[in-house]
Amino acid sequence: MSGLWRSVVVPWIPRAILLGLFAFAIFGPLANLLLWAFAEVWYFPHKLPLEWGFDFWRQVFKPRGNAMLSLNNSIIIAIFTVIVSLAIAIPAGYALARRNLPWRSLILIAFLLPQAFPSVAVYINVARIFYGFGLAGTYVGVVLVHTVQGLVFAVWIATAAFSAVDRELEEAARNLGASGLRTFFTITLPLALPGIMASAIFVFLISLDEFTGTFFVGVPDVVTMPLLLFNASMEGNYQIASITSLLLLVPSVGFMLFIERFLKADVLAKVGN
Amino acid sequence: MRKTFADFVAVDDVDLAIPSGSFFSILGPSGCGKTTLLRMIAGFLQPTSGDILIKGRSVLDVPPNKRAVNMVFQHLALFPMMNVAENVGYGLRRRGMPREDVAKKVEDALARVGLPGSGTKRISQISGGQKQRVAIARCLVLDPDVLLLDEPLGALDLKLREHMKVELKKLQHEFETTFIYITHDQSEALVMSDRVAVMNAGRFEQVGPAQELYYQPKTIFVAEFVGDSNKWRGRVAAIEQNRVTVTTAQSGRICGVAAGPCSIGDDVEVFVRPEAVALSRDGSTLQNMANQMDGEVVSVLFNGAASRLLVRARETGDEIDVALPQTGEFNDLQAGQSVSFGWSDAQTKCFVIG
Repeated sequence: MSGLWRSVVVPWIPRAILLGLFAFAIFGPLANLLLWAFAEVWYFPHKLPLEWGFDFWRQVFKPRGNAMLSLNNSIIIAIFTVIVSLAIAIPAGYALARRNLPWRSLILIAFLLPQAFPSVAVYINVARIFYGFGLAGTYVGVVLVHTVQGLVFAVWIATAAFSAVDRELEEAARNLGASGLRTFFTITLPLALPGIMASAIFVFLISLDEFTGTFFVGVPDVVTMPLLLFNASMEGNYQIASITSLLLLVPSVGFMLFIERFLKADVLAKVGN
Repeated sequence: MRKTFADFVAVDDVDLAIPSGSFFSILGPSGCGKTTLLRMIAGFLQPTSGDILIKGRSVLDVPPNKRAVNMVFQHLALFPMMNVAENVGYGLRRRGMPREDVAKKVEDALARVGLPGSGTKRISQISGGQKQRVAIARCLVLDPDVLLLDEPLGALDLKLREHMKVELKKLQHEFETTFIYITHDQSEALVMSDRVAVMNAGRFEQVGPAQELYYQPKTIFVAEFVGDSNKWRGRVAAIEQNRVTVTTAQSGRICGVAAGPCSIGDDVEVFVRPEAVALSRDGSTLQNMANQMDGEVVSVLFNGAASRLLVRARETGDEIDVALPQTGEFNDLQAGQSVSFGWSDAQTKCFVIG
């Protein structure tokens, strides 16, 4: 009995502690979020809320409330960001994967550049420039800022998706009488579509969560979910902030599960190649 | 026709004419330029110099999708997101043929390659041999002037490969289309083709019917590459018309015929096919053979109809591959027994080296 104890249970103790810590790090804040979302009255030194209820949910989902407006804004901006990103990423990804472009890796890195500098510094200047063009505080301005951030993923994943398409299949289509354009739309694009869907979802999520760029370019006219969340937290309204976070969490988790099905290993292996 | 890549000559001054409706094979080791040649015919590569004529017209300016040439790719290149019928009908739809006509022609083509009614199957659901036939049907349904086949049997297992060889030949006969088949497998080329070109290092070594390549090889490469041979190196000791006597390094003497002009003192390679060597227990049946030797059996490599004997000549110590005659007479031969063997000088080919 003691032998079994020593050989089976003892080695598991450090692992159990480690797993427990991980679980706490991930689920602790989430639990706090859930508590705050349903707390009506909660103040120090009480460990749990004093009164529970749906009052704040009603406030958030009020038809003409700020929250619904910003949710709408977020989704509309995310959809347009996806459209603009794909319109650039599909031709760019195809060209990077199939043509022998000079400076290929430099081009790929160029898409990464906006991420390499401190975003606050970048977006203050972007905001200043956009102001000059009348783009500050407009949907178009915010969509452009989101697109710059989304493009890195869109272009890199699209390039990988096109690289993973077997060239022999394209040659076979050409050989069977399809023109270059037709080959692209009947063979290459359908085969790369799962990877492109995945990149669209990434861009959608990035746009949904984007804060810094929206803050500098969109305020005060374009308020998205993350901005609402920020405002609510700054005002100490943790209930509204928590409910907003939960709303932002739903598409993220949902799409992540979705992406796992779309992005196959052979595509992932070609990212950045 | 010539094709160079940077500083590498892949296809070097190849010139050939293929009669319409025939089965033509290009046989060569990997890297000999045969795939490059095929891709130039299909239009995926442009020749550096030279011309390609199909039915008398140059196709150099014709893009691959406009050439009346279809190709069965090495890995078949069936479209995985389409079913069998959609694959076969792809080219017809590109031509803008009405839907009903496409369906009819596709079903007709599938029936002709022995796959009636499998149009709705997914590509992942059918076997290797069936995929092969779908790939061929996808090309033949377009009624091409030339069908190119790029080692399409390579991925199949041995039994299926044997079966598909016969099948392909039958299909070619039925459709009366010109087939250009490239392979590194000599038995595929010999069995199926009307004519075979043996290719080496970007050049054609010899072009001719299978029998000619096998019985009258013109170069050392062809003699070595097509079929099996016993090989000696030696020096020409005597010449009488085109019959030569060669002294080998082991001081044996072999009588044969020269494949080209040669003179006394030339270094030569001598080739004798294992099935050209006759066996005898006492030497009595070898009386009129130009080359006769006594020896003993080193080992019996039994493989049914393709069984071989390895015998060692007593005088020179040469080890010689001999096809075991399946007449029943030698079924009890065992290692260590002594035998006599011989072959005629007409069956002995001598090639001058260099």
